[in-house]
Amino acid sequence: MSSIAAVVAPSDLVEVALGLGDDCLILSYRLSEWTAHAPEFEEDVAMANLALDLLGQARNLLTLAGELEGRGRDEDELAYLRDDRQFCNLLLVEQPNGDFAVTMARQLFFSCYQVLLYRGLAQSSSPALAGIAAKGVKEATYHLEHATLWTLRLGDGTEESHLRMQAAVDQLWPFTGEPFLTEAAWARLCDARVVPDLQALRERWQAEVRAILREARLECPEELGRQRGGREGLHSEHLGHLLAEMQHLHRSHPNATW
Amino acid sequence: MLDPELPTLTLEDLGVLRSVQVEPSGKVLVVLTPTYSGCPALEVMKRDVTDALFAAGFTDVQVDIELQPAWTTESLGRQARQKLAQAGIAPPPDRVAEALPLRLSLRCPSCGSVRTHEISRFGATACKSLWRCLACGEPFEHFKTHL
Repeated sequence: MSSIAAVVAPSDLVEVALGLGDDCLILSYRLSEWTAHAPEFEEDVAMANLALDLLGQARNLLTLAGELEGRGRDEDELAYLRDDRQFCNLLLVEQPNGDFAVTMARQLFFSCYQVLLYRGLAQSSSPALAGIAAKGVKEATYHLEHATLWTLRLGDGTEESHLRMQAAVDQLWPFTGEPFLTEAAWARLCDARVVPDLQALRERWQAEVRAILREARLECPEELGRQRGGREGLHSEHLGHLLAEMQHLHRSHPNATW
Repeated sequence: MLDPELPTLTLEDLGVLRSVQVEPSGKVLVVLTPTYSGCPALEVMKRDVTDALFAAGFTDVQVDIELQPAWTTESLGRQARQKLAQAGIAPPPDRVAEALPLRLSLRCPSCGSVRTHEISRFGATACKSLWRCLACGEPFEHFKTHL
């Protein structure tokens, strides 16, 4: 194990931890935007809980990235003092909430990916990543169950709910391929058994998501979507607006506490 | 030390207090583990533990957070489950004592009926969901099984 660890470049681990941490942070923020706006009180509570789990995972991953980087950046500095080009989250998670169906489709796509990813990472040769993933996989599994229940209920519900759920799937499908694109750092870490093989994850994801959509009477294209760029810092116009709001307090009043 | 969000349980009952060690130098090392990754009570727990040790006369205190092995509701002992039920929170089924892999309904902590149903899969804290008793009409919280 120590010989494996020796061939892993810390900068590769930083890149991966940052990307996964940014996914959690940005989706957590999006979900928190529903607070006091959800269609029913129980969903308000549900989305706040999803956001909280993801925020906890983001803190763990960003803290790890900061420690591995060794430049003294902590979770707050990474979350609040980077600009959009330095964020490496997936394009999927920064997409606006839309209606409730869009939020649930986004959650279904992301949580299914996260469950498979964390199951693989829980076996990582990096104890730090394995610990974060073993903890997070239980949370992600619960999130996936929640998103699945809503997808079935809306997809196989009324004419209106079916139309909206189908529109949500259509709108977000272009972003479904990006999670499984293997960057150079990921490939090197995969060889060292630090991270799982994304091609295998891609097959599992397709099988699971397509089965849920079929049961919900929803259709999706044969091919996964081709939108990409998030991992390299090339984002949609939505991320800048999100960051402006999320980072405003910290940038205006550095290290403010209450 | 009581849990800040479930003040009927101690940190030990809940299974989040992993170890307490006093070194020869007098330094105290405490290890805590979170229930859920984002549990906001963890910061309060750290502060409460540190305050209690200072109050007990220790001057050198370190509280570390450990994620592995990940916390599960299996850490809740029989006594902890009883305390939860007494506080009106339906505990996770005890798999060892009740030997049931799947439980379709929970027992109402007020009247004992099993005619209960889930209102929401999420509750006021990350570790709970919301239920209602169809027999007595009383809503109650459930400490979710987390394995």
